[in-house]
Amino acid sequence: MGAMSAVRKWVQTILALAANGSWTFPWTKMIYQGPLKVICSPGLNCYSCPASTTYCPIGALQQLLGGIRMALFNGQYFFGLYIVGTLGVIGAFVGRMVCGWACPFGLIQELLHKIPSAKFGIPRWMRYIKFAVLLIMVIILPLFAVDKMGIGSPWFCKHLCPAGTLEAGIPLLLMHPNLRATAGWLFLNKLMFLVIFLVWSILASRPFCRTTCPLGAFYAMFSKVKMIKLRLDPELCTNCRACHKVCPMGVHFNESPEDTECISCMACSRACNFGAIHLEFGGLRLGESTIKQPVVNNKNILNSSRGIS
Amino acid sequence: MTVKKDTIRHTPFILALFFLIMVGVGIYFKEPSRVMHQAWQICLSCIGIG
Repeated sequence: MGAMSAVRKWVQTILALAANGSWTFPWTKMIYQGPLKVICSPGLNCYSCPASTTYCPIGALQQLLGGIRMALFNGQYFFGLYIVGTLGVIGAFVGRMVCGWACPFGLIQELLHKIPSAKFGIPRWMRYIKFAVLLIMVIILPLFAVDKMGIGSPWFCKHLCPAGTLEAGIPLLLMHPNLRATAGWLFLNKLMFLVIFLVWSILASRPFCRTTCPLGAFYAMFSKVKMIKLRLDPELCTNCRACHKVCPMGVHFNESPEDTECISCMACSRACNFGAIHLEFGGLRLGESTIKQPVVNNKNILNSSRGIS
Repeated sequence: MTVKKDTIRHTPFILALFFLIMVGVGIYFKEPSRVMHQAWQICLSCIGIG
């Protein structure tokens, strides 16, 4: 494991613990109710998790959109601007780097993928599902599928979110035996999705992030414009495709350096022997190129090795 | 080999400012308090229980 990979693992672990830093729940049987819950969790982290110290932007946004009629009726202008604004600031700075460095559920998937087994890819078209999940389950249904009181449900949390089941549903059922009788088909349905994604994570790399995560879909919209991102130096790239083999998100970085799936984990940067991939901040290159092989003219070297003159 | 000169991209800064203003408007409407109160409560049906 390279130094940067170790740093990333530490950052992921520390941020996961920071977002879930309230460990009094085994005694209190309560979730954390302190002032830190006004802070947005950058990654997907259920705020009903007993240890959670931050709010989940996807859950909070659905709740606000679902209650928008009631709020307006009471003269409260809760449109989700605070939440979308916070996500937008994060997106403008780092975009999906959050997925690679700060998402607890991303970390869980990465750890599961280390379990030895046959490994499979994920069809490219499945990346578009998450945009539909964001639009339909997080925005449209909570906003328009309302009950007689005019209140919408958080559809994504209620019917799909595996992070919520793992971090909140299961711990709460374990902590409160009296709740177990109320766990019906809805919970079984969500449990099924959790099991599917956990098993899928062993067989394929980050399946939830790549196919379903609405938060990842939101951050993906910043991939071309975010401040900190990986940049390809076409002068140094030999198209050797070393970056294809190591990417946990199935990105072909030399072909699409601004791919919406890139989580800036820097696996490609480490794998590139020609120093063609590096970080940039707002257009300015960060750090010096670390070329692992002498560069005279990379393209000519590669062509000559292929017998092309 | 030609070396390209780095140029500062302004778009991310403008976007960050735009969203920062959005956060400010949200704070003006007292949205953080609402978000915090939501996060203090366990929504059982939201997590598939009840």
